[in-house]
Amino acid sequence: MTTEQVDPASRQRPRFSRPLPGPAVLLSAALLALLLVAAVHPALLAAGSPTDTDPLQALQAPDAAHLFGTDQLGRDVFTRVVHGARYSLSIGAAATAAGLVIALVWGLVAALSGRFGDAVLMRAADALLALPALLLALLVVLITGKGVSGATIAVAVGIAPGFARVVRAQAMVVRRSGYVESAIGLGVRRPLIVLRHVLPNTVGPLLVLGTITLGASISTGAALSYLGLGAQPPTPEWGAMLTEGQGFLHQAWWIALFPGLMLVCTVVAVTVVGRHAQARSEGRYAS
Amino acid sequence: MGAVRLVAVRLVSAALVVWAAATCAFLVLQLIPGDPVYAIVGSDALVSEEQHEAIRQQYGLDEPLIVQYLAYLGRLATGRFGDSYQLQQPVATVLADQLWPTVQLALGATLLAPLLAVLVTVATSGRANWPRRVSAVVELVVVSTPSFWLGIMLLTIFSFRLGWLPVAETGDFASLILPTITLALPIAAVLTQVLREGLLGALEQPFVITARARGLPEPAVRYRHALRHAALPALTLAGWFTGTLLGGTVIVENVFARSGIGRVTLQAVGDRDLPVVQGVVALSAVVFVAASALVDVLYAVVDPRLRKRTGVQAA
Amino acid sequence: MTEQPLLDVDGLHVRFGAGATQVHAVRAASLRLYAGRCLALVGESGSGKSALARSLLGLAGPTASVTADRLRVAGQDALRFGPRDWRRIRGRHIGLVAQDALVALDPLRPIGTEITESLLAHRTVPRSQAADAVVGLLTRVGVPEPEERARQYVHQLSGGLRQRALIASAIAAGPGTLIADEPTTALDAAVQARVLDLLAELKEQGTGLLLISHDLAVVEALADEVAVMRAGVIVESGPTERVLDDPRHDYTRELLAAVPGSRPRPARAAPPAPGEDLPLLSVTGAVKHFAGGRGARRTAVAGVDFTLRAGETLGLVGESGSGKTTLARMVLGLVRPDEGTVLLDGLPWSGAPERARRARRRTIQLIPQDPLSAFDPRWPVSRVIGEALAATGVPRRDRLGHTVRLLERVGLAPDLLDRRPAALSGGQRQRVAIARALAPEPRLLVCDEPVSALDVSVQAQVLALLRRLQNELRLATLFISHDLAVVREVCDRVLVMKDGRVVESGPVEDVFAGPAHPYTRSLLDAVPKRARRISREPAQERL
Repeated sequence: MTTEQVDPASRQRPRFSRPLPGPAVLLSAALLALLLVAAVHPALLAAGSPTDTDPLQALQAPDAAHLFGTDQLGRDVFTRVVHGARYSLSIGAAATAAGLVIALVWGLVAALSGRFGDAVLMRAADALLALPALLLALLVVLITGKGVSGATIAVAVGIAPGFARVVRAQAMVVRRSGYVESAIGLGVRRPLIVLRHVLPNTVGPLLVLGTITLGASISTGAALSYLGLGAQPPTPEWGAMLTEGQGFLHQAWWIALFPGLMLVCTVVAVTVVGRHAQARSEGRYAS
Repeated sequence: MGAVRLVAVRLVSAALVVWAAATCAFLVLQLIPGDPVYAIVGSDALVSEEQHEAIRQQYGLDEPLIVQYLAYLGRLATGRFGDSYQLQQPVATVLADQLWPTVQLALGATLLAPLLAVLVTVATSGRANWPRRVSAVVELVVVSTPSFWLGIMLLTIFSFRLGWLPVAETGDFASLILPTITLALPIAAVLTQVLREGLLGALEQPFVITARARGLPEPAVRYRHALRHAALPALTLAGWFTGTLLGGTVIVENVFARSGIGRVTLQAVGDRDLPVVQGVVALSAVVFVAASALVDVLYAVVDPRLRKRTGVQAA
Repeated sequence: MTEQPLLDVDGLHVRFGAGATQVHAVRAASLRLYAGRCLALVGESGSGKSALARSLLGLAGPTASVTADRLRVAGQDALRFGPRDWRRIRGRHIGLVAQDALVALDPLRPIGTEITESLLAHRTVPRSQAADAVVGLLTRVGVPEPEERARQYVHQLSGGLRQRALIASAIAAGPGTLIADEPTTALDAAVQARVLDLLAELKEQGTGLLLISHDLAVVEALADEVAVMRAGVIVESGPTERVLDDPRHDYTRELLAAVPGSRPRPARAAPPAPGEDLPLLSVTGAVKHFAGGRGARRTAVAGVDFTLRAGETLGLVGESGSGKTTLARMVLGLVRPDEGTVLLDGLPWSGAPERARRARRRTIQLIPQDPLSAFDPRWPVSRVIGEALAATGVPRRDRLGHTVRLLERVGLAPDLLDRRPAALSGGQRQRVAIARALAPEPRLLVCDEPVSALDVSVQAQVLALLRRLQNELRLATLFISHDLAVVREVCDRVLVMKDGRVVESGPVEDVFAGPAHPYTRSLLDAVPKRARRISREPAQERL
């Protein structure tokens, strides 16, 4: 037997090696870690109370005592921003996770049930996709009522139909793939094929997508709170803080600036880390 | 297949999407807890048994669900949605009154966003790497910026600090500038990302090598060949584009205290004014369907492969 | 009188990237091309032949650095060229014909526009006369109804016409030199021959042709001189006849030996005589339709009968779209025929319920064309083969030993066990696919174009492996290929398919010696001369 000659395809192997995290990724990861601390144990970063009012200290510009200034009720904006991390992060994370789970069930059932079930489930997704995600979220808030949990469910429902389509498309690709056909050809039972091949190869790319969507979910959750449908004042949620601060823009720009800035930084950090995760997994899941 | 039949098929599928969306909305609204009568008269109003019954009859709430559904579909088909619970006017009138400001806003953003995206893509797609890098960072930040905060910041800078532009709606062009930018910027950033990705992808295609091998100057290669290919992936975002635009008007109209459909929608959700909500749902579904049809036409203009397949000849 | 060469290259180096990751794609290459001559650059993918050709157009890419002792293009010193000079040369003095016109011409523009672009780029023709010039060019390359074709898009043309249009766009501005980079690789065999004729015609008319190919048959048909490249180095060059008949470098010999059909047909265990025992597989009247676009129905397989016995290899030949693959999927039990029956071991196979088929499935295994997509991307080799062993009831503790033995059998070392499919070479992947197919101890192998994705030298190794396994295990094999030379090498009998029907069948030697159907003849005509010559006089030649 002649020895195997490594053909040129293997020279491209570096393409599949995982990219190292650059400074942007490290910085983002550090920020996310800090936010996580703020969410779990805000007192570590800001000792004061986020809701204690002090009319004498109202609308103070940022200085050494009040790093981000104070709002119209004299609450320390920095403290509120730190304590707010909990709400924004949890709405975004819970909504993304719930949306992924709904979509996974929805898309997999569509891909694996017959032509009729597939048609019904996917047309339903199409119908919901015909509505703007925000409008869909508003409809859900009508049912659940205002509040943090309502907003979370609303965001989850808003992202589910789009994800369901992705899950179904990916599951169809996997279903028709050579390895599933090979498993059929070996006489492997269907449930086992679903469990071994279809599910993991569908979940993998979905998780990556989820990481990237997390940023958008945080943003949408804050938008609902801003519109008065999510977290209610005096909860120091970033979106809700903007609503409260909006009336004082001409006197006190800092009330609106810092919560929003935190929001932007959070979403950027999540996206950067998410893209990095995507790049890392590309070699594995690219067709 | 004849053109007439093609159009017919499209119309039927469009009607199906609108019907399905409206049905979803109907079902969703049935899940709303509480008695709709209180949504009509206000939650703390005292109503007698007879008044309660009269209101239920007036709005058809005493009928069985299926009858309510059919009546709803009938109203949908004729473009009437009944009367608003809160505003005591027909929903169609409410929506028609508020349509124009929203159309202005949406149209402005629809023009501005792709224009910005193409300009930035072209300006940063040269041989040098650094404009692309800078632009990519800016895009990332803009995409990550929630539109309400973007609006608030623009207001703070240009209206409160600099005093260049009006704070609230004045009806003239100046008061449209900031809302349009707020709506368009995040969309433009996403479009730029997709366009640039598409352009760089297209530049790696074999036909680009062929074009260069003809001795074609680089700008001709980029803009005559590659840019058109880059537009294709951007067009697939049409559904997202419409949705973001419509959702965005809800937020932008609230930030800038503008009148419009978005404002009405939010109010209706807050007041549980169901006929108005149903009207808005139907309206967005129609807009979505119309936008998809438009995009299909654009697709065919850009990509001849999607035109009706004719004349495939064998050698 | 010494004629001046169109291309004159000495000591050319092409490097991609910089630092540790730098790839030295071309090393000290030298070549000369004269008008009316054809020089072929031969080598396998990754040998640097395309990088060399691109650098002659100044199109090696932004990451490439090109250095040379001498680089003269169209009589000018290209080492001093700036972008503007290159643009002036490209298209006007040196044209490019790429591999696949479907992607090498802009799919969004009519071919007439593409050709016009070449004309106007150098202002060789005034705009007002461009349309006439396009028609003239299309006529010259043998495109019928040129006015109408000029308005069509690439996707509306057949493969042959497309490639002609691409050639027309390359010669539009009248370049004296044409670089043809695998110009016929994407074409079906019969069309390939006609496009080669066109290129030969251009050469007759005085164009200097730099032909890049991995296919020695194409080279033989067209080239006056050959340069063999390996790993960036031209290892051998000379007149075509001399290089092909009397190769001096080992690598050239290796390449020549790897050409399908260049080896003598190996002695094979005699295939069982008909009627000796029950056929392992019998297909009767198989028909399969698919729903086409807009309610249309496409018939993929239109009534096919054949039988296959243990130890026998049946070749299934036809061009793409002839229904070969659908037939194979029927045999594998992945597609249910609309009409007709498939019997396995004399028992119903195609119509049987999955519950009944499951245990029998191990009897038939597939070796796919593209093994990369046939492996779960998350799974290492050990698990891929482990799944096949598990499905056939090998207890967990025995699987590792089994797997190692299987890998040995297909010529792979056990250190690949932990590799994922993406980290294997093409040849290794195909061997793993074969090992997986052998794991359940099948009696019938379906090979669907098993080597068409591989480089010729790897191809030869994999074919040798398949042949050995067939003989050792007395496997029945259904061997699908568009490549007659390959089929001839491994098969006992052959079925020729066209448009879903079998147009000719019989023992391989008979079909090759005296094809009865005109379609078979046209397929055979497209087989390279050398391979045909060798197949007629086996054993002795060159060995």
